[in-house]
Formats: sequence, structure tokens, C-alpha cells
Amino acid sequence: MSRSLTVHDPRGTPPGVTGERLAPRLRSLDGKTIYLVDCLFDNSDRFMGELLDWFGNNLPSVDARIVKPRESWVDDPDMRKRIENDGDGAILGVGL
Amino acid sequence: MPSVAVHTDVFEQLTRSVALANGMPTARQAYVPQPVVDRSAAQLRGYIEGTDPVSGRPFLREIVEGLTRPLDDADLSGLSFERATPRLLEPDSEDNLHAQFLENRWTDHLPVVLPTEERVEAMLRGTSRRPDEIVGTLRPTAYREFWEFTVEKVAVNAVMAGARPEYLPVILALAATGQTARSSSTNSFAVVSVVNGPIRKEIGMNDGIGAMGPYNHANATVGRAYNLASINLQGGSVPGDTYMGSVGNWYNYSATFAEAEERSPWRPFHVQRGFAPEESAASVFFGAWYTHAGYGPRETWQENFRRSLAGCEHHFPPLFVMDPICARGLVELGFDTKEKMIGWLSDNALLPAREYWDNQWVKTLIHPLAVAGVEPFATRLKAAPDEAVRIFEPSDINIVVAGGETQGAWKMIAGRHGEGGTVSVDDWR
Repeated sequence: MSRSLTVHDPRGTPPGVTGERLAPRLRSLDGKTIYLVDCLFDNSDRFMGELLDWFGNNLPSVDARIVKPRESWVDDPDMRKRIENDGDGAILGVGL
Repeated sequence: MPSVAVHTDVFEQLTRSVALANGMPTARQAYVPQPVVDRSAAQLRGYIEGTDPVSGRPFLREIVEGLTRPLDDADLSGLSFERATPRLLEPDSEDNLHAQFLENRWTDHLPVVLPTEERVEAMLRGTSRRPDEIVGTLRPTAYREFWEFTVEKVAVNAVMAGARPEYLPVILALAATGQTARSSSTNSFAVVSVVNGPIRKEIGMNDGIGAMGPYNHANATVGRAYNLASINLQGGSVPGDTYMGSVGNWYNYSATFAEAEERSPWRPFHVQRGFAPEESAASVFFGAWYTHAGYGPRETWQENFRRSLAGCEHHFPPLFVMDPICARGLVELGFDTKEKMIGWLSDNALLPAREYWDNQWVKTLIHPLAVAGVEPFATRLKAAPDEAVRIFEPSDINIVVAGGETQGAWKMIAGRHGEGGTVSVDDWR
């Protein structure tokens, strides 16, 4: 039987995780403003354009609007504020 | 604000683990097939009207229900938990421990030296820093959480790589840059690191024949230690979760070498960055995705360099590694400083505007800045489709001299040298 060894764990220290509740959902999408957030990945503008068309053709009571952040992968507080002020929900996407 | 995030299906595991780490494991997500890039409007419409490849339900049902399905207890509470890693593992046999390290993906899949208490203690003699001192934080990418690590944890990974105690200050310096050598990017990034100053000679690093290959113990194990540390100190580099590089990258094994300061006709790289020649420093160049190579300077060197510059990934400037023969040849042509050479390279890194803007990462990362008026990108956006635009500024391009003078070789390697990309090694002695 081989000798027993004690060795170090090589991993760093992760931060704790604090639970976050989801935002309340909508009862229905009728008459609601839904922002389609184009995350600026290549071709995500085309995807969001198609999704906008789908809402227009199939759920015309939804006011769907495309919005883009100022820069890729960087928080845009102005865009978030606009969505919070004017919107009822958001769909974000999409890469790659 | 109720929201649904849309991803492609290859990112399922990654998106779920990120949601978990942010305390929202039930965050509403919907998936479409990969890829979205280069798909036509009709194909994307097919994705939207088709099936979510993860849930097997209509994609639009996932979207609508994601915004409207009432919250349950798990949605309302989120998930809080503490995470910790022990200092020591449970004692076990050598074979079982090797198997444990491999199964937990704590290695680069090559054999490692087990970090016993004795070996780690010996490694720690390579620095005057306390074992419990915090070195810094690392993460695989910008949307992941930072993990913290101590001097001892870096020493553990240095032992695993087979490094010697006298190499530890260099390994600590590389870890302290905060730049992971194991990015999770789909681009299969790696990091090339360069060591300057007296430490090169003190630990016997190679800047000569085979400087960028497996021909020197210090080069090989320092680079390997930096990669192992990046894996383990940031919370992993696991395909599908914390690593998404589509085709992978050999530079992720080990990619560290020394600059041939004594044989270079130009200032050492760390001196360019504000260090004194007698100081030791380590520099990290992020990317290492493409590598071009050539010889020179011969009669047609300008055409040769221009072709390679145009072939560089448009959003990733090159680190130019030159053999001293090549560097001295360029001095004879009038480039008596690195800065003059870099100026020529920048002036000749040209592409037709339509090619430049057709690159998927230029479109993703640079186009929004150009639209917002940020220079020099805004000027590039104004160019006519066939007009040549300069794709790299002088501040983007770097030169390091290394090689054994067996020929006038050079390489251009994707290598972005960001702020804080050159750090003191002496601080970690």
C-alpha cells in the first residue's frame, strides 16, 4: 500500500454568493412596452430586427422597441434608465 | 424589470453557472441555435419561429413565458451560499491525488508535481512575502466574478508546474498583473509573457536559440506555472463553462521567454515602460491567437511586413518578436530606435475599409465606438469602402528582441499590452 500524502488545494478563494430575487413578471404583454436590447454582437442587430418584426406581425398590441448600449460589453446607465422609465420588460441578446 | 436573456445553445452551461454565481439560478433564459453570426434574416427568423434547442419548446413560448410566468419561491429568494476552498486536501495516495487533480481539471493534462506541504514550504523560500499575503484577483472574463489568491496559493501552482523557488518572484509578478493566461473567450486567447532585467540571468532564462520553445527549465516552468495559476486561482478553465475557445491554443501550455537585452540594438522593453535597466520586470501580452513568421530584412522586406500586418486579426495588434540579426538589419536601414520601427509598422498596417469593417470583432467592439465619434475609429468609419485605413496605432504595436541568431527570423503574435501590463518582479523577491 502506497504512503499517504497531504497536499495543498491549488484553488483560489471564490467570493460568496448573495441571492437576488427576480423582478416581478407581467400578467400579460398586452399594451406593454418591451425593449429588445441589441447587445452589439455581430449580427445581433439583424436578429433583433427579425424579433421586432415578429412582435409587429403577431403581437401588435406590444410596443416593441430596439435599443442599443453605447458600447459593447460595458454597462450603459443611460440606456438602463431609459428602459426603466419607459419600458415594462426587456429581451436581451444575442451572440455569437 | 422583468427580462429574458437570449443566448446560443453552446453557452447553456456557461450562462447557467454565471446566473448561479450571481445568486439568480432561475434567471429566465432562452436559447437559439449556434451560430447567429453570418446567418441571413430568413435563417434568424427560422430560429425565432423554431424550437429552443435547450428546452425543446418553442423559442417564442420561452420568451413570452419568461416575461409573464409568475415567480415561484426559488425566483423570489434567489440562492445565497458561501464558497470556500480548503488549504489542504484530505490525505491520500500519490496515485489517487494525481487522479483527483486530473479529474478536477486542476492541471493542463500533463503530469504535475504534487504540492506537498514540504515542497510548498520550500517554494515559499523564493520570496520574502508572507504566505498569507493577498497577491490579487483573477477571473476568466469580464462578466465573471473575481477570485482572490495569496502568495501561498501561487507557490502551490508553481510547485505543480515544476518551478524552482528562485523563479517564484517572476511567477508572483505575472499573477499580480491580474491578467489571466486562461481567458474563457471563444477566440482561444493565451498570454505571451516576457521577462526583462537581471532576474533573467539570475534564474537562467533563455533569450537565445529556441527562446520561445521548450529548451529551458525556467522559461518552460515559469510559463506553465502562470497558466496553472490562472486555471486554479480564477475558478477554473473548463470547456463549456469557464473556457469557450473554439479551437484552442498551444500557447496555453507555456509561453514565457526573456528579451535578449545584451544583443538587441534597441532599448529593453521594460525600459520603454519606465523601469530602470537594473530593475527586473515581467510583461504580459494578451491574445496569442495568430502567429505570422518571416525573415529579414531582405530586399522585399517592406512588402513582406505589409502582407503580414494586413493579415493580422484586425482588432488585435501584434507583438513583434525579432531575432537580433533582424533587429540589427533594420537599424542598418535607419530604424535606430524601436519607436521609429513601430511608426513605420503603424503607417503600413493598412486595409481597405470594407475589409476592416467586415471583421466580426471590429463590428462588435469597435464599430459602436466609431459611431459614438471616438477616434481614431470614427475617422476609419468615414473612409470610402476601398480606401486604405490604418488598423493599428503606434501605441498598439510592441517589439521584443529574442533569438539565437541562427537566422534573421521574426514573428508577429497577437499581443495586446494593456495598462498595467508590465509589473515589477523585484517587488516579489
